Amino acid sequence: MKLLRTLLDRAEAHFQEGKPLHRIHALHEAVDAFAFTPGKVTTGATHVRDAMDLKRLMMTVVFALTPAVLMAMYNTGLQANLAIERLVAAGASPSAAALDGWRTALYLALGLGFDSGNVLAAFVHGALYYLPVLIVTFAAGGAWEVIFASARRHEVNEGFIVTAMLFPLILPPTIPLWQVALGITFGVVVAKEVFGGVGMNIFNPALAGRAFLFFAYPGEISGEQVWIAARGLSPDGVSGATPLAVAVDEGLRAVAERGFGWLDSFLGFVPGSMGETSALACLIGAAILVVTRVGSYRTMAGVFLGTALTAALFNGVGSASNPAFAMPFWWHMVLGGWAFGAVFMATDPVSAAFTRRGQWIYGFLIGALVVAIRVVNPAYPEGMMLAILFANIFAPLIDWCQVRAYIKRRSKRDAEEPALHRGVRYRRLRGVLGAGVAVGGDAAGEAGDEPQA
Amino acid sequence: MLEHYLSLLFQSIFVENMALAFFLGMCSFLAVSRRVETAVGLGAAVVFVLGVTAPMNYLIMTHVLREGALAWISPSLAAVDLTFLSFLTFIGTIAAMVQIVEMVIDRFSPALYGVLGVFLPLIAVNCAILGGSLFLVERNYTLAESAVFGVGSGAGFALAIVALAAIREKMRYSRVPAGLQGLGITFIVTGLMAIGFMIFSGIQL
Repeated sequence: MKLLRTLLDRAEAHFQEGKPLHRIHALHEAVDAFAFTPGKVTTGATHVRDAMDLKRLMMTVVFALTPAVLMAMYNTGLQANLAIERLVAAGASPSAAALDGWRTALYLALGLGFDSGNVLAAFVHGALYYLPVLIVTFAAGGAWEVIFASARRHEVNEGFIVTAMLFPLILPPTIPLWQVALGITFGVVVAKEVFGGVGMNIFNPALAGRAFLFFAYPGEISGEQVWIAARGLSPDGVSGATPLAVAVDEGLRAVAERGFGWLDSFLGFVPGSMGETSALACLIGAAILVVTRVGSYRTMAGVFLGTALTAALFNGVGSASNPAFAMPFWWHMVLGGWAFGAVFMATDPVSAAFTRRGQWIYGFLIGALVVAIRVVNPAYPEGMMLAILFANIFAPLIDWCQVRAYIKRRSKRDAEEPALHRGVRYRRLRGVLGAGVAVGGDAAGEAGDEPQA
Repeated sequence: MLEHYLSLLFQSIFVENMALAFFLGMCSFLAVSRRVETAVGLGAAVVFVLGVTAPMNYLIMTHVLREGALAWISPSLAAVDLTFLSFLTFIGTIAAMVQIVEMVIDRFSPALYGVLGVFLPLIAVNCAILGGSLFLVERNYTLAESAVFGVGSGAGFALAIVALAAIREKMRYSRVPAGLQGLGITFIVTGLMAIGFMIFSGIQL
């Protein structure tokens, strides 16, 4: 730690005003602030003092993501090893069953073998798929962050770390790395930086990046071949289809026939996007987010309610030809990206609604939409990510309506209430807020005294 | 039967959204989306005008313009085909309708009239309105279908423009690079909104 501090201090000299590297001083600042507490601390009396700052807020999300990250590595490797094991049992050679490429070569060089029972082997194999995607995301997205921060002359914001942690988890393991770079570039630049950076965007950058990849290169991010890192998958032999796709197309009985139970899906031992398979990991993350109040429980509960009611509605209507109508909501919640989206994507404080009642509505919209898309739209088996992106469009409108309704309620109440009572309430409010806060009529009198803002 | 109309309504609002799937009516979509109140007014005007002009142009098409449509006047006119006049007639109908709407709004809601200002006459040349009439001809809708389709695509346009206006109001807190301010960022937002609306593409009803 001391070595790092010395190193950073020595490097700082080159980034100072007038020195050759000053233009990219944001890069130095980012590394410094990431490793240590930011040097600049707000002084003065007007600020709320709290241990919670943006850095800690974002780091809480990263902590909440840890179970999903661990599951991403383990399950990606496990699914690959399982598939390869089965393909070998069916008569293929291991090198023909494993994916062609440097990852397999490296894995074979480590000599761990394709044994699905070996936990370490699964972790290593999965990490070989997850970590490169993560590194490319941080490198490509981080480069854009530094470029924009340098041009704007401010520091790289911690918000990017969350985006960069989320993005690899919603991608399939076999995604080509250049597409990862392209996707995060779209997300960071088009969905976030052109709006001014962290906190000023309208759409979730990680989701926008994924949606861009989904529509630009559907072959690498949908279908049956991309979810398991193995070759020679076929519907008859070892199927590479996700349980969600099977459930939506053929019904839950077909899911059971392929050997996937509800518990497998809940725990996450099924093929799918790297970090999305485990509802349990997301549940742990949800607990961390709700307890620390970093994520809105209203949004999560809204998604839950929307999903449960819409699924119940479809169950009630029923359909002879479409088995997805009969899928109960507890299956919807463990399949695909539902849990991950509800916990980590829908609660993004920037792109979600920020009024309290608005968050319920926003969440409900997502929950209702995701079930409807899974059931009715044959084009996509998965609807979670697009449902959240769609709700992002309407979050500002929901807030607008809520703020309007609140103003109307307040002015109506104030008009009805005698002025005497109002005075009492304001005085009480002032007591709560502290004596220094000007409330109501006092504000007008004091406004003149304030220094020019 | 009701189901059929409901699915047509759903399709015209969401799946084939005038603004975000066809990118029709972009001029007013981009220009009148700075404030939510204004956008609501324009959206309502578009719903009304589309809802009225679509069935009206349907009637004109089937009873006047289409080949053989004039046979009801005299059998000798059965061979007359006036389809080449359809663009002109549709625009004429729309312009007349807009004029009427303008007068009605001026009479009953001067405030809204003041807000909409020059944009109300501009609805006359809003491509979403003409597009609605042309689509219904191309798809051989019936009279009732035309009315539903007109109201639906108007509502879709209204929904999109109101959402865009709310986004742009929220974007007061954004720091958009100088070169992209105004229309530039609005185009980007429109594109991202269109990606969101692609959630409905592929739904067959």
